[in-house]
Amino acid sequence: MAIPLLIVGGRIIDPSQGIDKVGDLLIAEGCIAWMGSNKAGELPPEQYQVIHAEGMIVCPGLVDLHCHLREPGFEEKETIATGTRAAARGGFTTVCCMANTNPPIDTRATVEFIQKKAAAEGVIRVLPIGCITKGRNGEEMVEMGELAEAGVVALSDDGNPVADARLMRYALEYSRSFDLVLIDHCEDVSLSQGGVMNEGWVSTRLGLRGIPAAAEEAMVARDIALADMTGGRVHIAHVSTAGSADLIRRAKDRGIPVTAEVTPHHLTMTEERVMGYGWDNEKPCSLPLLAYDTNAKVNPPLRTARDVEALIDALKEGVIDAIATDHAPHEDVEKMCEFDIAAFGISGLETALGSLLTLVHDGKVDLMTLISKLASEPAKIVRKSEIGTLRVGAAGDVAIFDSEAEWVVDPAAFASKGKNTPLGGCLLKGKVMATICQGEIVHKEDAVKLETISREAFRT
Amino acid sequence: MRTTKQEELSEPLPPLEAQRSRRRHVLDLDDFTREEIELVFETADAMKEVFQREIKKVPTLRGKTLVTMFYEASTRTRISFEQAAKSLSADVINISASGSSTEKGESLIDTVRTIQALGADVIVMRHYHAGAPYLIAQHVDVTVINGGDGCHAHPTQGLLDLYTMREHLGTVEGAKVVIVGDILHSRVARSNIWGLTKMGVEVVLCAPPTLIPVGLGPPAFPLVTMEPSLDRAVEGADVVMPLRLQKERQQRGLLPSIREYIQFYQLDLRRLSMAKPNALVLHPGPMNEGVEITAEVAHGAQSVIEEQVTNGVAVRMAILYLLMGGAQ
Repeated sequence: MAIPLLIVGGRIIDPSQGIDKVGDLLIAEGCIAWMGSNKAGELPPEQYQVIHAEGMIVCPGLVDLHCHLREPGFEEKETIATGTRAAARGGFTTVCCMANTNPPIDTRATVEFIQKKAAAEGVIRVLPIGCITKGRNGEEMVEMGELAEAGVVALSDDGNPVADARLMRYALEYSRSFDLVLIDHCEDVSLSQGGVMNEGWVSTRLGLRGIPAAAEEAMVARDIALADMTGGRVHIAHVSTAGSADLIRRAKDRGIPVTAEVTPHHLTMTEERVMGYGWDNEKPCSLPLLAYDTNAKVNPPLRTARDVEALIDALKEGVIDAIATDHAPHEDVEKMCEFDIAAFGISGLETALGSLLTLVHDGKVDLMTLISKLASEPAKIVRKSEIGTLRVGAAGDVAIFDSEAEWVVDPAAFASKGKNTPLGGCLLKGKVMATICQGEIVHKEDAVKLETISREAFRT
Repeated sequence: MRTTKQEELSEPLPPLEAQRSRRRHVLDLDDFTREEIELVFETADAMKEVFQREIKKVPTLRGKTLVTMFYEASTRTRISFEQAAKSLSADVINISASGSSTEKGESLIDTVRTIQALGADVIVMRHYHAGAPYLIAQHVDVTVINGGDGCHAHPTQGLLDLYTMREHLGTVEGAKVVIVGDILHSRVARSNIWGLTKMGVEVVLCAPPTLIPVGLGPPAFPLVTMEPSLDRAVEGADVVMPLRLQKERQQRGLLPSIREYIQFYQLDLRRLSMAKPNALVLHPGPMNEGVEITAEVAHGAQSVIEEQVTNGVAVRMAILYLLMGGAQ
């Protein structure tokens, strides 16, 4: 039996219990065993493995509702082994992996393949998301019951919307038998087709085809109407516009079963980012050579400052339930090319917390809210009561971070195979120092001291 | 009276050091200052003089190699650059997308690296993807001139349009220029907007709203206004510039019919008469006569469309000279 892990002296923040206090946390046999202070000497274990977390924040291991691990099928972009290590470096202990693999996750066999791979090669918990339609073709529903039994936590054709409204209606109705949430990638492709960035003055300036906000909002509105009609649970993936947030707010006010997520990049970056790092909104000038930054090409696209403000407000009000990375790793060659043909996506697991903490440092979001959106709320959406919380008896999943530690993002040092981040070279304030999943340390910075101490030592 | 070829070739051009531009690339007009544009024009005046000599050649860029990489069909721009480079005694290699390694799946960066390794000093790139010249300028150590990228920019066209206007109007400051037609897909319109507004020109854009991109005009683009009616737009204009209307725009649903477009947006003699007397008619070419412009206007007394082509060579000579001249 492994020695129990005692995290001492950290500021423990657990939104699920409304806790924000300095104390110690004991993890034994893979579960949260105790939380308190200065009483470790009186607890049963003879010996502790001690992590000193003084000055750091100790919170539930983060839960990512939306990431792309790419395996099976696209192992050159990411594998379960590399993706889960990237997640661990980002403070995540659970990731829900999207179904757009090859083959897509539309059968029990693929679900089991991922579960086996994750058990053998992954370092954190991997919860597969199944497709809504067979082959993600948007034509026939998957066998939801079988997938639910196999262990999928949600269904999504992410990457594609479910374009056919009637099919979406049936899928929402049918999903009620298994209490599965349908995660929809809301995009009316007749409006977005050919678009590569937000439609606005920047797309005009760059001569790029735009994706209007209405392409997302039209389908968000449709999904809300269908959720209202069917009572099926719909979860709006990667909300990116102020208009979508408004639609979701009104739907929630009316009690429609809709939830929503937003990505770290849509909360922290605007469309101007496509004009390249160094673009100054205060002093608009000529395009830098770094313009057409394909690392800022993502779907849905980075939007306007007004959208970012609206999304932050919606997050605080609870209109948007969760923050999900939409981690989308790609090979370098898919980004080192013309903007029009570059792949959409940002490798986001390792920078998520660091970039989101800028919202805390700027006073826009408090830490309790931020952590709830990254841990307890996403756990609720996938109906997993044992994660996203530090309640005694819950999974021993913990993230420890230093909200003041500054670091420069170096994509080459990512554990992820995807080096595609627009944050390369940026200074972030807030760093994950250690990640513990089911009682095991799955990531630890060298600065974090770990020592074995006998119970006796705590009695003096 | 000129006597020998040797004398002809050795006739001096403006002193290099004083006039040499610090510029490395020409990607768009957004990073040109007013002074730099003036410098290009003054240099183009000198080049035009060279171009009108009996032997249209000076040795300035002897030993330099210019490579034109055209991923999109072009007649006038490519030949104009070729003519400009040859008049300055540079060697010219033309590469088109077909027949290049692009067809074998090579990335643009790798293709250009190869060309650079083969000794190119300047690459003129025309590409159907906006931003392709930026990609090259960022990753390959070679001087890049944008010969038109997607719907983004066509800076040398913008310069030659401005140069042509300046020749006729004296000064362009305070002038009113109407650009009419498919602004949405026009890199020429975008580069003209940069160049014209920098020189203090009032720009009026006229097109059906489906062919106007969002966000043009204040605050991002001050001095630019919209006027959906061509009759009103041309009132008091110093310059009218219709843009080519591609037939596929109707197929994509942006227009109900070419017939209706002609009815409301064609530049004909009646509409031109509402502009200032002797207002200039420019067109970046190629023209669809009978669609955006009538034949009478295109070839009429107010048209300077052919001059644009001639000026294009002079302006491109000036650009090449300022980028490469005296770099030895």
